[in-house]
Amino acid sequence: MMNFFGKSLISIILLGFSSLVMAAGSSVPLDKAPGDLTDNESLKRGAQAFADNCLSCHAADYMRYNRIGKDLGWSDIEISDKLINTRSADGEKTKTGQLMKVAMDNDYSQVAFGTKIPGLTVIARAKGGDWLYTYLRTFYLDDSRPMGMNNLVFPDVGMPHVLWEKQGLQKAVFKTEAGTDGNDKHVFDKMEIVQAGTMSVEEYDAYAADLVNFMVYMGEPMQLERKSLGIKVLIFLFFFAIVAYLLKKEYWKDVH
Amino acid sequence: MFKSLMTWVDDRFPATKMWNEHLAEYYAPKNFNFWYFFGSLALLVLVIQIVSGIFLTMHYKPDGAIAFASVEYIMRDVPYGWLIRYIHSTGATAFFVVVYLHMFRGLMYGSFKKPRELVWLFGMFIYLALMAEAFMGYLLPWGQMSFWGAQVIISLFGALPIIGEPLTLWIRGDFVISDATLNRFFALHVIALPLVIIGLVVAHILALHEVGSNNPEGIEIKKHKDENGIPLDGIPFHPYYSVKDIVGVIVFLFFFALVLFFAPEGGGYLLEHANFIPSDPLKTPEHIAPVWYFTPFYAILRAVPDKLMGVIAMGAAIVVLFLLPWIDQCKVKSIRYRGTSFKVLLAVFVVSFFALGVLGILPATPTLTLLSQIFSLLYFGFFVALYFTSKNEKTKPVPERITK
Repeated sequence: MMNFFGKSLISIILLGFSSLVMAAGSSVPLDKAPGDLTDNESLKRGAQAFADNCLSCHAADYMRYNRIGKDLGWSDIEISDKLINTRSADGEKTKTGQLMKVAMDNDYSQVAFGTKIPGLTVIARAKGGDWLYTYLRTFYLDDSRPMGMNNLVFPDVGMPHVLWEKQGLQKAVFKTEAGTDGNDKHVFDKMEIVQAGTMSVEEYDAYAADLVNFMVYMGEPMQLERKSLGIKVLIFLFFFAIVAYLLKKEYWKDVH
Repeated sequence: MFKSLMTWVDDRFPATKMWNEHLAEYYAPKNFNFWYFFGSLALLVLVIQIVSGIFLTMHYKPDGAIAFASVEYIMRDVPYGWLIRYIHSTGATAFFVVVYLHMFRGLMYGSFKKPRELVWLFGMFIYLALMAEAFMGYLLPWGQMSFWGAQVIISLFGALPIIGEPLTLWIRGDFVISDATLNRFFALHVIALPLVIIGLVVAHILALHEVGSNNPEGIEIKKHKDENGIPLDGIPFHPYYSVKDIVGVIVFLFFFALVLFFAPEGGGYLLEHANFIPSDPLKTPEHIAPVWYFTPFYAILRAVPDKLMGVIAMGAAIVVLFLLPWIDQCKVKSIRYRGTSFKVLLAVFVVSFFALGVLGILPATPTLTLLSQIFSLLYFGFFVALYFTSKNEKTKPVPERITK
């Protein structure tokens, strides 16, 4: 009786509140990031894109270069050639076992961008892959901003559109819609390319997808291992449960 | 050989005596059902938390400058550090799940009633210590939610008249949450509170074994004993319930592993998204909510417009649970033989507790605040109504012996 009681309670509450939970979501719908952590080539392209574009201002300083090499299949020499662009104060190239730090400091970034520059190691866990994917693709021209650009999911962002040469420049088209409260409101409609970049829209989307895929991997590098170990643990527990149940049944035969 | 060794030990330490008193010759009612797994499971989770906690302590740095990084170091560079960390973080949720179910069992079958009032009180103190333990542990990853959650909760003490502000200063050791707070919370989380909890658990079990276990029928098995003084409806805890509890443990571990390996973040409810951003005293997160196991009380706090009254209401919501053995005056223990009024009240209480739990997670809007107020009233209404109805409840006759 109590089992039924408990189950129906939970379902009633979930039903009652699901509409309220939905209302609390983000204002701009996020595009689904087509990430696939088993796609090693995508991760490699993403790592390269990350090192080429992000890793000069943003650090990823909980992550070591050679962890990427170990997980994605690059030797130390390859890692050093492809990903490492920094040197120590006495000119020695950063070693592959070191954390992915950058030369940018907070005082400088405060002056240049008006904010501290966040580390990106676990940014995918804070923001989610879909958010990052949408963010990288929704910079648009906005004269009111100091850098002339704004972003749809991160309004008034301090970061310039670093990838503008690849994506090109786009403007956001807004449409007017009758709001539920009776007032008209501006809603985002679509992006229009004003000046073409070196990549087509599809190419740029794929580039951003690889980059996001890598960042999702970097946020939790062991996540594939976690799941595969989990399956083994569950299989073990399943068989252990049968043995334990049979043992219990044997002992309880004489209890009436 | 083994026998003579045991004799040697027993002459000096009551090893066999303790084994018999608490396991091999502790007679438990033979009719324990599903709900009786959660006591042993709570003990299991306590051990899991202590063992995983010891290993985390070996690598974690309670220092405001590097605490966040040290957690990521555990996640990446410590061999199987991620596993230990997820065991500990999932264990916190599992602890509250089993403890809530354990408490609900007590509520349903009247396990808090005479002669088990002290068992209930020790249990409530464990629950209180567990809340403090979880709250302080949540500061340690030193993310945004750690920081701001602690900031909000500690500032609540500031609502108390006169002593409020000095008290918050004394708790934090600083004017804001800072390195000083992190260090003392670490000390309390890894040493002080675990000691308190272990002591209380020992007292909880000793008190239980003194009076004997209740059961789903609410019948005192000690009333009917055989010529050797053994309860007729009792069976030795070991081996009967030890082998049965192993089954419970495996099934529990199965669900534990499902969360641990496949959803350790719990959709942002167990490890909150904002907690992957290092703590920043200058940036308040958009939405601050405590972890799910505190949200019913948080909802009660927010339901009251006045801050001090809100804090008092939240405190009262916990204190009133301590008083349950004296609020519920019905002589019949188990829900199986109690009147309709109790069943209805208990259902209302459970619905309110769940609803408040959900409301405590959501941002406060006028509609949701109104709902919180209604469910807060129902939460307290349960105890008030129980006090007045339980004395003259229309109960069914309770059998003398356990037959099912």
